[in-house]
Amino acid sequence: MSAERPLAPFGRRLAPVSAREQHGAYVVLRCLDGEGPIPKAGQFYMLSSAARWGGGQGERPFLPRAFSVLRAGRDQSGVLELQFLVEDVGPGTNRLCELGPGDGLLLVGPFGNGFSPPREGRAAMLVGGGVGIAPLAILQDQLGAVATLPLLGFRDGAHAEGARLLQSPRVATDDGSAGHEGLVTELLLEELAAAAEELEVFACGPPAMLEAVRAICAEHAVPAQLALESGMACGFGACFGCAIPVRGGYIRLCVDGPVLDATLLETGAAAGAHR
Amino acid sequence: MSVSFCGLELEHPIINGSGTFDAIAARRVFGDALIGSFPFAAFVSKTVTVEPRHGNPPPRLWELPGGLINSIGLPNKGIERFLAEDIPQLAVLPVPLIVNVMGFSRDQVAELVSALDEPEEVAAIELNVSCPNVETGLEMGADPWEISRLLERVRPLTAKALIVKLTPNAGDVPAVARAAEEAGASAVSLINTLRGMALDPLSGEPWLGGTTGGVSGAAVRPVALAQVRDVAGSVDIPVVGMGGVQSGRDALDLMRAGADLVAVGTETFRDPVAAVRIASELDSLLAKSGD
Repeated sequence: MSAERPLAPFGRRLAPVSAREQHGAYVVLRCLDGEGPIPKAGQFYMLSSAARWGGGQGERPFLPRAFSVLRAGRDQSGVLELQFLVEDVGPGTNRLCELGPGDGLLLVGPFGNGFSPPREGRAAMLVGGGVGIAPLAILQDQLGAVATLPLLGFRDGAHAEGARLLQSPRVATDDGSAGHEGLVTELLLEELAAAAEELEVFACGPPAMLEAVRAICAEHAVPAQLALESGMACGFGACFGCAIPVRGGYIRLCVDGPVLDATLLETGAAAGAHR
Repeated sequence: MSVSFCGLELEHPIINGSGTFDAIAARRVFGDALIGSFPFAAFVSKTVTVEPRHGNPPPRLWELPGGLINSIGLPNKGIERFLAEDIPQLAVLPVPLIVNVMGFSRDQVAELVSALDEPEEVAAIELNVSCPNVETGLEMGADPWEISRLLERVRPLTAKALIVKLTPNAGDVPAVARAAEEAGASAVSLINTLRGMALDPLSGEPWLGGTTGGVSGAAVRPVALAQVRDVAGSVDIPVVGMGGVQSGRDALDLMRAGADLVAVGTETFRDPVAAVRIASELDSLLAKSGD
């Protein structure tokens, strides 16, 4: 993993959808990005559909939607294929979930800082919740599966099918329909009890989960990198809409995040206020 | 399609609305491509105040059909750090720099205008008057008398162009524009965002951290068109028109209503180089119409 953040091409570009795969409650959208660089794990793109963006529920969506990249790689012909994990939860994700091969996806990015490699002498423990598992898949690809231990939490079995997108995960579900019945942070506590001084946590998920991870890591003196989410209009620092509170003020999550060292935050629950 | 505006020679008539593009952040993200193909004919900074401001608590955005409401709260580093840190970085842009400022009293605006008179990198100053004067309680941009007093105070402080950014939330916008012109404003720009709010569907409480916010995007375009026409018919100084511009056609409409320049704002959030497309569409339309 490089420490440099890849630069985004200046402008919105058309990336044809190459495949759409259903994984339980989630859709994986694959698209071909002829112009962009290979993104760093934890970076994100602003997505919208080329056709019929708007005119959905309440005449929305209007703004593009931010998605962490799930996976990125070159196909046989050398073209960069990007994958995104989408759950249909609102007018924007609903429209994106309708797209299939041949449809046009508009994207801008990659944006944001991405994850940093684990600190010397520590293995990466990946903690994901729901659709927040997306940046952990590309992180696992970039760090190597051997070096990572994914702990993934979902609300039920349909969502837990997303766990197959990572290698060798331990799974927790709220209703016990797959893996451990309970919270993913209970698995984290077990793992940290065994080897806290050998691990660094990389987490992405809903605000309540991120706050629990932050508190647990602080208590066990384990370094943690948290990938946060916030409603944003642009993704490149223009709108100032994605500001979240950190120690000492606000930062724009799009340009100064979305990955933050846990010690910067008073609470991991601060972000996520959007609809 | 070059155009002359307040003594500045611009390559085309499309600029950005204040607070809708951060050239310094964009350079971090897009690299030198930003400089090589800068989309705007002049760059208007985000509002700078005397003291640093954190901005409003989140959430700061609410999506609308055809637009959004923002409640950002003018976060900025204050004039001192803006001069020291930002001006040198903005000086590398290949277009003239217009700095937007806001003060909470005439003295504060005077302090800002004086501070920006000196740096030669600053081509013009735009006054954001969409805030109350803490000394009189009157919104500076909503009251012709307030605007006259403000311009009388700051006009002698600089020979640079002073652009007054008019608020649409005023009883008689053309009267404010006339007052600005009579007191020495070099140009007016409009519209700023329209005041609006949204309720959290679950709690019924205001969604935005700042309670109310500014409505922008395609939804406000007809309001902009009407106000630009009214103002352009009332003053002889140049007019910068903006409000929901998404296409060359929208820009042409504002120019036919009397705008000399057109600013793009919210559309840039959807595509960082939207202004390039809009300028090109406008060029084709102007060529066709023979305007």
